[in-house]
Amino acid sequence: MRILLVDDERELVSTLAERLAIRGIDADWAATGEEALKMAEAESYDLAVLDIKIPRISGVSLKKKLQKKYPEMKFIFMTGHGSEEDFRACSIEAGPEFYLVKPVDIKTLIERINEALEARGCAL
Amino acid sequence: MSILKKLKPDFLHFQKTGGGTRKRLVNFPRLWKSSVLLTAGVSLIPLIFITIVDYNVTQRSIESEFLLRTSRIVSNLRRTVFFFLEERRASLDFIIHNNKFEELKDFDRLAKILKNLSKSFGQFTDLSVIDASGVQRTYVGPYELKDKDYSSQKWYDQAVKQGLYISSVFMGYRRIPHFVIAVKRNLTEGNFFILRASLDIEPFERLLSEIDIPGAGDAFIINHQGILQTLSRNHGEVFEKINLPIPKYSSQTEVLEGKNAEGEDIVIGYRYIEQTPFILMIIKQKRVLMESWKKTRIKLVAFLVVSVILILAVIVSTVTYIVNKIYLADEKRVMALHEAEYANKMASIGRLASGVAHEINNPLAIINEKAGLIKDLFTFKHENAQHEKLIGLIDSVLFSVKRCGRITRRLLRFARHMDVSVEQINLEEVIHEVLGFLEKEAEYRSIEASVEVKDVPFFETDRGKLQQIFLNIINNAFSAMDDGGHLTIVAKKDGNNDVSVTIADDGYGIDEKEITHIFEPFFSTKTGQGGTGLGLSITYGLLQELGGDIGVRSKVGEGTVFTITLPLYMDEKKRTKA
Repeated sequence: MRILLVDDERELVSTLAERLAIRGIDADWAATGEEALKMAEAESYDLAVLDIKIPRISGVSLKKKLQKKYPEMKFIFMTGHGSEEDFRACSIEAGPEFYLVKPVDIKTLIERINEALEARGCAL
Repeated sequence: MSILKKLKPDFLHFQKTGGGTRKRLVNFPRLWKSSVLLTAGVSLIPLIFITIVDYNVTQRSIESEFLLRTSRIVSNLRRTVFFFLEERRASLDFIIHNNKFEELKDFDRLAKILKNLSKSFGQFTDLSVIDASGVQRTYVGPYELKDKDYSSQKWYDQAVKQGLYISSVFMGYRRIPHFVIAVKRNLTEGNFFILRASLDIEPFERLLSEIDIPGAGDAFIINHQGILQTLSRNHGEVFEKINLPIPKYSSQTEVLEGKNAEGEDIVIGYRYIEQTPFILMIIKQKRVLMESWKKTRIKLVAFLVVSVILILAVIVSTVTYIVNKIYLADEKRVMALHEAEYANKMASIGRLASGVAHEINNPLAIINEKAGLIKDLFTFKHENAQHEKLIGLIDSVLFSVKRCGRITRRLLRFARHMDVSVEQINLEEVIHEVLGFLEKEAEYRSIEASVEVKDVPFFETDRGKLQQIFLNIINNAFSAMDDGGHLTIVAKKDGNNDVSVTIADDGYGIDEKEITHIFEPFFSTKTGQGGTGLGLSITYGLLQELGGDIGVRSKVGEGTVFTITLPLYMDEKKRTKA
């Protein structure tokens, strides 16, 4: 299981990656959309946790690009902003239960990751 | 009372409070007053003016016609009286010139003439001949007056000088009122003689009494001294002095207005009859004369009063109707402005809240992860795992982050529902969420809030609107309660299609007079303290949009209960509107 974390808050995303690693989940992180796309080319990821508001490429369009290239990849949105449009857009893309508002408890995040991957497991 | 209340136009509720968009364009009671006054003035003043002018003109013309008619009667009557006397004078004149002195001196001849005169005219009582020395030569009549000397008497003097004498009425020996006519015939060489006759006044009186004079009229004759010569109806007996001033001499018929002895208004018509001591007088009662005018006057005044009432009624009702229409339109305008203002305000609050929440959430997330990592290092890598104090500190940091997260999440959720959308809601959750905003205030003021939701299913409604409704009512309840108050919220299914929620507080309560107005826009008991009087009217409007309803019961000193009814199923129209 390999996870890609994308958030422009480097402090946040790096720490989160470290904490996931402690729990045995391989997690890489990127601070921009371009960086994330590059990393996805080099490595295959099972799941991506995306912030919605990131510079240049938004979380939602990044998800669309990644999904196009890697249809197997699962997504979880994580945002500090709770606007109605974001909620609707992300619910359509990933389902309402995979839309998380910061700050997120790590246990909740891991639960959601497992749920997402299980769903893929079932699909497979 | 209730009918009166219904008739009372809405604009009388007009209050001059507020400024800005709340400000009314017009002061409606003043507009009503000035419109009524202006229209009434423009239509009533000419009407009243014309009526007054017409009243005066008619009265004056009627009066002058009375005077004219009186003058005509006096003239006619004078002509009759004059001819009556003239006829007698002319007959005596004929006799004196047709007979020689010697012939007339003859008693038999004179007696025959008297007999013939009496036969023709009726009222001759005696006839006598007086010579130039003033001695009565022959007398035919009921008395022994032969050889009586008149030379020193006034009437003889006048007869000699003017050739004619007509006396005032006097009693004489027979105690019958009569008068005397004397004519003179000049002979040659300055010689002359006089023929003198006495006449009863009875036919004279008959002449006057036969005339019917309108206005309780009285026709009679007085002499120049004001002594009544004939009988009068209201002004005394024959030979009495009249109780009116003697009219001024005039050679023509005169009519004037005056007052009688009783102080009543009268019309006096008179005429001096030439060559006699007589004045013909006609007195009319003005009151009787004006009787017919009185009837016309009542009709005129009644017409005026009815017209004024009708005009006023039409003006007042039309102006009231129009002003009320303008008032209601203005009220709608102000209401619309305020709804827009309110919606804008809520939207701004929403944007602000989500902005703040977002800005706080990111650093909060960093704190969360960093603290989480420290804890992970302690627990997973067993570094300093025994350091209980550090673990405790980190736990409290994480707990605080969680608490902050709850607050920002609540803010975000609230802001998210500012936008309109119909969704499945859990009523209990919505109520708790709204109460969450007031949690701290409740804690500080020791207000106890209890919520009981009995088998209410999830149902579709506009969550944002419902939040605002609860927030408005619960906010009001909080400000009505003293510290230590109790707020009880009970929600239950009401029939198959509705949910009812009662929100009861034990605050000050609402005055009976005010309770009927609390859902009206701009009704506020807190004007000047920041109240706009829009909270409950907006709540009412929001509930109507959701297809629900709101009711209120209250008792001063005991508290207030608001009951909200919401439909479990929104109809299609409401759904699209929402």
